[in-house]
Amino acid sequence: MSTTQVQEPTPNEIKDTKLYQAWGLTDAEYELIEQKLQRLPNYTETGLFSAMWSEHCSYKKSKPVLKTFWSKNDRVLQGPGEGAGILDIGDNQAVVFKAESHNHPSAVEPYEGAATGVGGILRDIFSMGAQPIAVLDSLQFGNPDQAETKRLIDGVVAGIAGYGNAIGIPTVGGATNFDATYQQNPLVNVMAVGLLNQADLHVGQARGIGNAVIYVGATTGRDGIHGATFASSEFDSHQDQNRSAVQVGDPFMEKLVMDTTLNAVREFGAHIVGIQDMGAAGLVSSTAEMADKAGRGMQLNLDRVPQREAHMTPYELMLSESQERMILVVEPEYAQSIMDLFKAQDLNAVQIGTVTDGKQYQLYFQDELVADVPVDFLTSAPKMHMAQTKPARLEKVASDYQPDLAQPSETLLALLAQPNVASKASLYRHFDCSVKANTVVKPGQADAAIVRIRQTDKALAMTTDINSRLTYLDPFIGGQRALLEAAQNIVATGATPIGITDCLNFGNPDDPEIYYELAQSVAGINDMAQLLNTPVISGNVSLYNETDGVAIHPTPMVGMVGLISNTDLIVTQNFKAVDDEIYLINPQPAEFNGSELQNMVQGQLSGALKPIDHKQVQAIMEKVQTATKRHLVQSVHDLSEGGLAVALSESLMETPFGAQVELKTPLNDIFSEVPAQFIVSVSSAQQQAFEDLMGTAAMKIGKITPVPELHIIGNDAKEIQLPMTQVKEKYKDSLWQRLQ
Amino acid sequence: MVKTAVVRFPGSNCDEDLFYALADLNLNPVFVSAQEESDLSDYAAIFLPGGFSYGDYLRTGAIARFSPIMDAVRHAADAGQLVVGICNGFQILTESGLLPGQLMQNATPGFICDEVMVNITNPNSAFTRAYTSTSVKLPIAHADGRYYADAATLQELVEHQQIILTYQDNVNGSVEQIAGITNVAGNVIGLMPHPERAMEALIGNVDGRGFFESIQASLPA
Repeated sequence: MSTTQVQEPTPNEIKDTKLYQAWGLTDAEYELIEQKLQRLPNYTETGLFSAMWSEHCSYKKSKPVLKTFWSKNDRVLQGPGEGAGILDIGDNQAVVFKAESHNHPSAVEPYEGAATGVGGILRDIFSMGAQPIAVLDSLQFGNPDQAETKRLIDGVVAGIAGYGNAIGIPTVGGATNFDATYQQNPLVNVMAVGLLNQADLHVGQARGIGNAVIYVGATTGRDGIHGATFASSEFDSHQDQNRSAVQVGDPFMEKLVMDTTLNAVREFGAHIVGIQDMGAAGLVSSTAEMADKAGRGMQLNLDRVPQREAHMTPYELMLSESQERMILVVEPEYAQSIMDLFKAQDLNAVQIGTVTDGKQYQLYFQDELVADVPVDFLTSAPKMHMAQTKPARLEKVASDYQPDLAQPSETLLALLAQPNVASKASLYRHFDCSVKANTVVKPGQADAAIVRIRQTDKALAMTTDINSRLTYLDPFIGGQRALLEAAQNIVATGATPIGITDCLNFGNPDDPEIYYELAQSVAGINDMAQLLNTPVISGNVSLYNETDGVAIHPTPMVGMVGLISNTDLIVTQNFKAVDDEIYLINPQPAEFNGSELQNMVQGQLSGALKPIDHKQVQAIMEKVQTATKRHLVQSVHDLSEGGLAVALSESLMETPFGAQVELKTPLNDIFSEVPAQFIVSVSSAQQQAFEDLMGTAAMKIGKITPVPELHIIGNDAKEIQLPMTQVKEKYKDSLWQRLQ
Repeated sequence: MVKTAVVRFPGSNCDEDLFYALADLNLNPVFVSAQEESDLSDYAAIFLPGGFSYGDYLRTGAIARFSPIMDAVRHAADAGQLVVGICNGFQILTESGLLPGQLMQNATPGFICDEVMVNITNPNSAFTRAYTSTSVKLPIAHADGRYYADAATLQELVEHQQIILTYQDNVNGSVEQIAGITNVAGNVIGLMPHPERAMEALIGNVDGRGFFESIQASLPA
């Protein structure tokens, strides 16, 4: 059809050589396209379908599971399906958030992969009309002693810093974990949070026949072509990795695009019909989805697309994943004024097409029609039926792990030095956490980060959580506990959990065992989301995280946001004063299966996870929230990796104090990991009111002392006795030293 | 009425923080575009905020020094108005020659975000006179904060009491641990720490208030 500079294969050649297979389309899918079009698709069209029908764009494999997510309550203004989800926080304001994975690009090109991960998720936020206010990163790496891991960490950390710091959105939280399962497949999940005036809410749709389709931002180059397809396949260590599928970011450009888009929304909001960022599968995905959501067709003139390279073909223009580009659909009378706003910032702003009657998606290039396909067909990849099988390892239940620790003081020090426990300050100090001067609680100060909302008394708490050891042992309970852990982190700051986003990182979904893990993890998250009233308002799926046929542990990441009605209610994890009493909330029989201790001592994970008691968990979470709302507690910290022993150490870490603790259980139990447990400190003035509220849900275990020493005694007369200098040194220096 | 200007370069990202800090002390801040405006004569004090002007892709501040606004900044400095460059603003002032020396990549390469103890080495300057303490804790956030000047320049800085702030721990490898300096006349300051991020107990630090209170006290009534 087209007379381009590069000789493209003819439709017949594409069919005969099965070129489409290399782009990820199956024979059945190709036949369906041929049938629907009643002709062979040309090169450009085949490219459009392969990108739009990739798992990354279409969720065709994960959709049956994703649609089970509970995503509605009174707060939800926008659920899944848009750039990001939106929750009402009162005063005509809303919080907008979403998480996204950039695993494949970061594995190949860690700096740019991570940087463009930040850029992409921020565009999802401001495309809704919201001002981004915070970024969180959830990073999973392999063994920290391996040179390759260090290279990846350096690149990923520098990439996040290089992009996030420059654009001026604070990186306030997240988590970094290490496990051999991520050696070949590191995970880079980025969550962004934005603040929206509800009147500015925009979605990605192309309503209104005759409305102008405007392209703004960076030029289109050949970078990232077929990035979506690349993200929808696994790695083979014997093949060269696909470096050209990784994009390159420009945070300066993004800042101009962000600020100008938000200005355009404020000034011309009523005349902007839809906004969408060009993310995976670039121009085709953004425009086709916008047209489809509005039930309209679209015509684009590709000659008008701003190009950074010569002789680009329609195929390349449509599939490029060049960064910092947006599509706006606007009323034609306002098109020029809106484009002028962008041009004043030296940004490209060009009308590249119009919304049309009917349902055809038509691309013109050099006066020829180079693609003409039904838009709703292009955006509806055929549904897949995915087989599920319970993995063999889950069928045989190993006996419970019961630790026998001869030198508990040494055990605690060793735990504090574990890469998953030790301080990550040497990594996160590269991220600007305080730009905008709104960060109330910074990394390391509490279980979640807190950003205040200027001109109100409100603040938002935010966190990301992953524990793939638990999902490995039991995908359902592991999913429940990922959400519960996030909720504990939010509640521990004095906030009320209000909603979640997720990144579902799994292996190849065609493997029925992996699909089972995905389905079970989602069911677990969903179950706990409903119990705790935190709807799932956005999310992302990253499949094919495997190399040479070995998949990562099932790794669902939960990103949660909480609302604080008044900044007076904020609580942090540090102990505050000598003689305050220390309580353990939710005392329970010890559990060690899947614990940090088991991992450290046995070098493997085994045993069953105890089913979660819904009523009990709900009661505990409510009581902790009541205690913070009544100002009854001086500090709150949730128990996670390393249990009570590590939590006590952490609450002392940034204080001059020590603690004296006496347990009514054997000393080993101090390393137990049970869900919905916290430690709090309570002043003597509030002790009675606190005990009256908590009843048997809280057990007094000790006191904060002026002597900087951690002293814990079990009912078996075993004890831990360590000077805090030693505790602090292990915690603060261990990871940093290993990464040198 | 005293008015102050916050200059916005493309890529500035601490402009709002500065605006709020100045508004907090009733210093009536106004945003001024570095590309579109060329007159700063109305403003008693002019602030160049932190950020990554023009992306800082060449060298920090190296492009911004050619912005149309910089002639007006130079005039303001000559006229005795206060000129304050924080972080990227400091880098722009050294690149423009309004302050001596140079800011280079941190001794250990990489961005550092932290709060550090800073000594006030000249408590009588227009920017420190309201402080009652000789050391304060201030946020830093930079990758290119290592101050360098040759021996002769350092000698002059000392002679004219131009060294205003020094790090207690030399976090970025600056010569003489320098964190902030003024020009000879004492009306132009550049500093790497961010006092505008240390204005409220809620966000955990009020040690920046003295900086803006000093400026307030130094301005004509």
